[in-house]
Amino acid sequence: MTALLDRPAGPATDPTPARPAGRWRSALGLLPFAAYLLVFLGGPLYFVVSGALSDPAGRPTLDNVVASLTEPQYRAAFASSLLISAGTAVVGAVFGVFLAQAVLTGRERGDGREGPLRRVVSTASGVLAYFGGVPLAFAFIAALGQTGLATLWLRAAGVDLYGAGFRIDSLSGLALTYVYFQVPLMVILITPALEGLRPQWREAAENLGASAWAYWRHVALPVLAPALAGATLVLFGNAFAAYATALALTSGSIPLVPTAIASALSGNVLADRQNIGLALGLDMVLIIAVVMVGYLLLQRRAARWTR
Amino acid sequence: MRRGRRWRVVVFGLAALYFLLPLVAAAEFSLRAPGGGYGVANYLAIVRDEALLGALLTSLQIAVVTAALVLALVVPTAVWVRLRFPGLAGVLESATILPIVIPPVVMAAGIAFVQANLGGPVFRTLFASSLTALTPFYVVLALPFAYRAVDNGLAAVPLRTLVEAARNLGASLGTALLRVVLPAIRSAVLGAAFLTLALVLGEIVIARILLYTDTFPVAVVEAGRTAAGVAVALSLAALLLTWALLLAVSFAGGRRTRRTTP
Repeated sequence: MTALLDRPAGPATDPTPARPAGRWRSALGLLPFAAYLLVFLGGPLYFVVSGALSDPAGRPTLDNVVASLTEPQYRAAFASSLLISAGTAVVGAVFGVFLAQAVLTGRERGDGREGPLRRVVSTASGVLAYFGGVPLAFAFIAALGQTGLATLWLRAAGVDLYGAGFRIDSLSGLALTYVYFQVPLMVILITPALEGLRPQWREAAENLGASAWAYWRHVALPVLAPALAGATLVLFGNAFAAYATALALTSGSIPLVPTAIASALSGNVLADRQNIGLALGLDMVLIIAVVMVGYLLLQRRAARWTR
Repeated sequence: MRRGRRWRVVVFGLAALYFLLPLVAAAEFSLRAPGGGYGVANYLAIVRDEALLGALLTSLQIAVVTAALVLALVVPTAVWVRLRFPGLAGVLESATILPIVIPPVVMAAGIAFVQANLGGPVFRTLFASSLTALTPFYVVLALPFAYRAVDNGLAAVPLRTLVEAARNLGASLGTALLRVVLPAIRSAVLGAAFLTLALVLGEIVIARILLYTDTFPVAVVEAGRTAAGVAVALSLAALLLTWALLLAVSFAGGRRTRRTTP
């Protein structure tokens, strides 16, 4: 363990790599973390994959995967899941960028520390983006449910939402709720990229006679494009994976892929449904894996400007 | 600065409307009394209703054990990566975002398969109660958030100098970690613990699919089927409480760095 002191501390920008032998030994330090993930994340994923690819008797088959992609109720679930994920990702990304930029360029403190507004926004973003599922469902029922505050106000103002066919436990109601956690997630993801826009670029553009619009159109947006696209992909994956809000808001009346998985797994259905449920899970993991690979590739491009 | 002021007002106005209206509505809804008028009866359900109170205690228990496991896994690993594998930091940074989108419902599906089809003493112990069954998997869900929080904390302290100074004074690596590094990043550690609490107080997907209905969020959703006011009140209270804790940690951390950086 004294190996830590055997070599001089390199400067932070130029880390000295450990000797090969010492490197293997120090890799042991990562073992508990890796082993834990292997058992408790890898374990469930292993059973999803193996169950998806076998019949109830354990014989290998592709029938479950085929059924999960072709049966009408599952196609409808994929269609509405993809629709709500894409829609709320785009809306959340656009609104989130504006909000993040507004917060960033708001009142800045001379000493470069985070002002109270940024602390409030960043902590609130974290809580809402990652853990808001259940409370948000109830907050939206309270606002836009049959007797919700906003519904009553709108009715008093002459707009009858429910008369017009709106329901909070419909796909559009759910989408309205999803945007509430998509925007904060966008703020979290895009703020570092916005911070990476150097003031000198703006000054240079202005000195060359560019308007604010020309600066954004020809300098800032092209630099931000990979980061924006990558963050939008994460938002898509986030909405696609989300289930807590739908579970609390609707008790399963909207066909989404997670809803289909949950009902295929519940005990009172046929045994082969369980394997189809796992196949749906596998489909989900594959779709999200593709999305995340896209995100990582874009992230690498985005990093070019922040070096 | 002046040029951008108008669009900023529009953005903040829209954000305030969209983000505050549901919270205001939730607060109003939660304070409605059954016979008309307003009162705090919905909030008192947490002490009146023994099932809800028991569920809250169960969830707090899960949160404490989960946070302890998460910190035991994350703090040494994050320190170790920064000291010995600085090249890996970028990889881990992007890897920590991956589990954010590994659907809990898929994890739950895999666990439910094990629960239904595999026996044996190990699995019987694992699935014996919500504490033993849910905690290991909540740890996995909390890892990415906790890793980011702790790693950000480590980035703000001269980690290598601290560890080497402690080692030169004769401390073992473990002692250096516990008595030098841990106090230096205590606000990040607290932040990670509160993020874990927020996660445990909001997780219903795995608990519902595995049929552990005695946790707080599941009990709140169940209560919402008959008394929407109670569900709105308690979920709003849990959200605001965890947010207030994180905000307090954020300000406390800010004060500390001001003192330590010249």
